[in-house]
Parts: sequence; structure tokens; C-alpha cells
Amino acid sequence: MPESLRALMAEVERDPASLVVLRLAESLRTRGDLDGAARVALSGLEHHPNLAEAHDVFARVLVDAGDFERAWDEWGIALALDPRHGGAHKGLGFLAYRRGDYESALDHLELALAAEPTDPSVVQALRVVRAAAEAPRAAEATVPSAPAPPPATPVQAAAFDPPEARTPASVFAGLEGGDHGMLLLDPHGRTLAGGLRDAAHGRDVGEEVAAYLAGVSQEAERTARLLELGEWRWIMAEAEGGTLHLSRPKDEALLLLARDRSVPAGRLGILAVRAADIARRWLEAQQL
Amino acid sequence: MRAGLRAALDSITRIRGVHGAVLVAADDGLIVAEALMEGVRGNAVAALAASLYQRFLRATEAAGVQRPEFLHLQASQGSLLVVPAPSGVLIVAVAAADINVGLARLEMIRAAEAFA
Repeated sequence: MPESLRALMAEVERDPASLVVLRLAESLRTRGDLDGAARVALSGLEHHPNLAEAHDVFARVLVDAGDFERAWDEWGIALALDPRHGGAHKGLGFLAYRRGDYESALDHLELALAAEPTDPSVVQALRVVRAAAEAPRAAEATVPSAPAPPPATPVQAAAFDPPEARTPASVFAGLEGGDHGMLLLDPHGRTLAGGLRDAAHGRDVGEEVAAYLAGVSQEAERTARLLELGEWRWIMAEAEGGTLHLSRPKDEALLLLARDRSVPAGRLGILAVRAADIARRWLEAQQL
Repeated sequence: MRAGLRAALDSITRIRGVHGAVLVAADDGLIVAEALMEGVRGNAVAALAASLYQRFLRATEAAGVQRPEFLHLQASQGSLLVVPAPSGVLIVAVAAADINVGLARLEMIRAAEAFA
């Protein structure tokens, strides 16, 4: 093991909250120790859940491990925390390119270049994506039935649609756990969109959980009013097998997120903010 | 009030930002013991916290994640924290919005363990 890596490990052992944890995760990743890198990156996230750089490092580990969906989500969180984060734009550009969405890839890479104008890897990536984007157009000019870009799965494809154009089942597409751990419900306990599955058996429990949460909004409102706590924002229930996070993206809807305990409470809160924004846009589109 | 109960509540109310703590019977929402600042309505705290906890208990069980070990209602000007103790009692704290939740959670769990 190189001395530099040993020094990073010693520093992190001495002070687990140190930002050196990010450098250590990146070093382990570049050495190919993905399990170690993931462990260290997650520890970094626990200590710094609101640091875009921590999400960027974890996303890079996820990409190397082939978990593109979660990487997408991590970079999305990084951008929510820092909209000009070059690493997150670069990563999302790569993932968009991989999905055949050259337009989105170019958008992200151009923003990455604006953030880091001297990064040669971004310049090179832009060249590759521009060439790929031009190729189908050139082919279309000569061959009427040019092949389509690499097909994306319906869920991946939905992630590129604006929220207002999505179906109830794909409202949260692109967010980690968007198809099985995010549920939009009305105050009367009826499901509106998303889905929720039993953590242990994968059974669909959306309607059952929604029914139990009927009226909770009014109850939380009454509680906050009587105790003079102001307007209620969210409720988090940490249980042995996972955490539920309930918020109110609009007056007439509640948003429930369910995650296992490996997701730190702070990170769950960030995910909830992003999901609530998507839910709001989708609900507004339904009312037009 | 028993000395043990008083000590458990004191350890929570000592935390900066905590306006008061109550021990509540989980099934009927009645107060077992309380240490609240003047103006905080003990009966309301007890009944509402117990009711909210019961709702989430049913929801977490239906979701397959078992019973809540910590419930946190965040509002614009304050928060309500609930931890169940093994004896069927809920430990409830009313606090400021910017309280150190980690510390309060820790003290409440310690107090719950003392009831085991």
C-alpha cells in the first residue's frame, strides 16, 4: 500500500469527520477497491450529508460499480446542493451520453466546462458527445431509416421527461427508489402516484400504508397549532427496519418516502425535498 | 413523582432548546409524568403525541419496517420528538425548531432504556 494512502487512512482514523475522507474514498476508487471506497464514501456522507463533493465522490464509486441509477441520483443531490458543481454536471453528462440522450449530455458537459474551464477531460468528453450527436444526423441525411440511439428502459426514459409529462407510476423515475419507495397520497388515504413495497418481501403495500396515514396531515396540523409550533413541515419515523419520511408538497397531497436504515436521515430529507418538487409539478399539471 | 422518572425527564429538559418533556401512556395518551415549561399544555402534548405515534406505528408495521424507535415532527417554529420505552410509555419532548436533534434523540433513548 502506498505511503500516501496509509497517511490518508491514518488521518481518517484520527478524525472520521475530516474532509480527508473524500480523498481517501477517491484514492480507493482509483485503485479499484470499490467496496472500501463505497464504505469510506458513505462514512463521508454521514458526516457531511449537505456537502455536494461527498455526493460526487460516492456517485463516482457507484458508476465504477455499475450502479448507474443510484449514481444519477447522487449527482442529482450534489446539484441540488450546489447547482454549479462541475463534477456532478460531468457525471450526469456521462450518464446521459450512456443512455443515448446526447442533448442532455451536451447541456451537462457545457455546464461542467463553465464550472471547470481548464479540465481537459470535459473538453475531450464534449468532443466525443458532439461527434456522437452529429453521427445520427449525418446518417439520416443519406439513409432514410437510420438506427435510433441506444434504447433506454421505460423508467430510464421517463427520467428525462419533465415531471408534468409523467404517468402516475413513473412520477419519481430517476430518483433512487422512485418506483418502490415513494408514494404520493391524498389526505383521505388514497394513493395518487408512485409506489411502496414491503421492505422484507417486496409486496405492494402502498394502499395499506396510505390508508393508515389518512388524516395524519390534519392531526399534525392540530398538534403544531395547539403546541404553537407553527406550520408542520415533515414527520420522520425511524424504525428498526427502515425510515418513513412524510411531507406535504401541496395542501391536498402528502408525500411518503421509505428507505432502509443505511440511508442517513439527513440524506433522506434531501431526497424528500427533490421528490416534493417533482410531486408539486406533477400535481399542478394534473389540475390544468 | 418518582425520583427515577424525574431524573429521566430532567436529562432531556436540560438540553438547550427543549421546552419540556412528558411521559405518556402509549395506548390512551394519558400523562404519567411531566416536566414542562409554563404555558406548554401537557394534556395536549400527551394526547397528540400518542395519537400521532399510533398512526405511524400502524404505517411502519404495514410498510414492513417494524415499530418506530424515534418519531420527529418538524414544524416552522418547533418540533415534537417521541421515543417509545419498552414499558408501553412514550417519552415525548417539545422543543425549538433548531434543537440539536441528535443529542435529544440520544438522551431520550437513554431514558427509554432506563424504563426497560
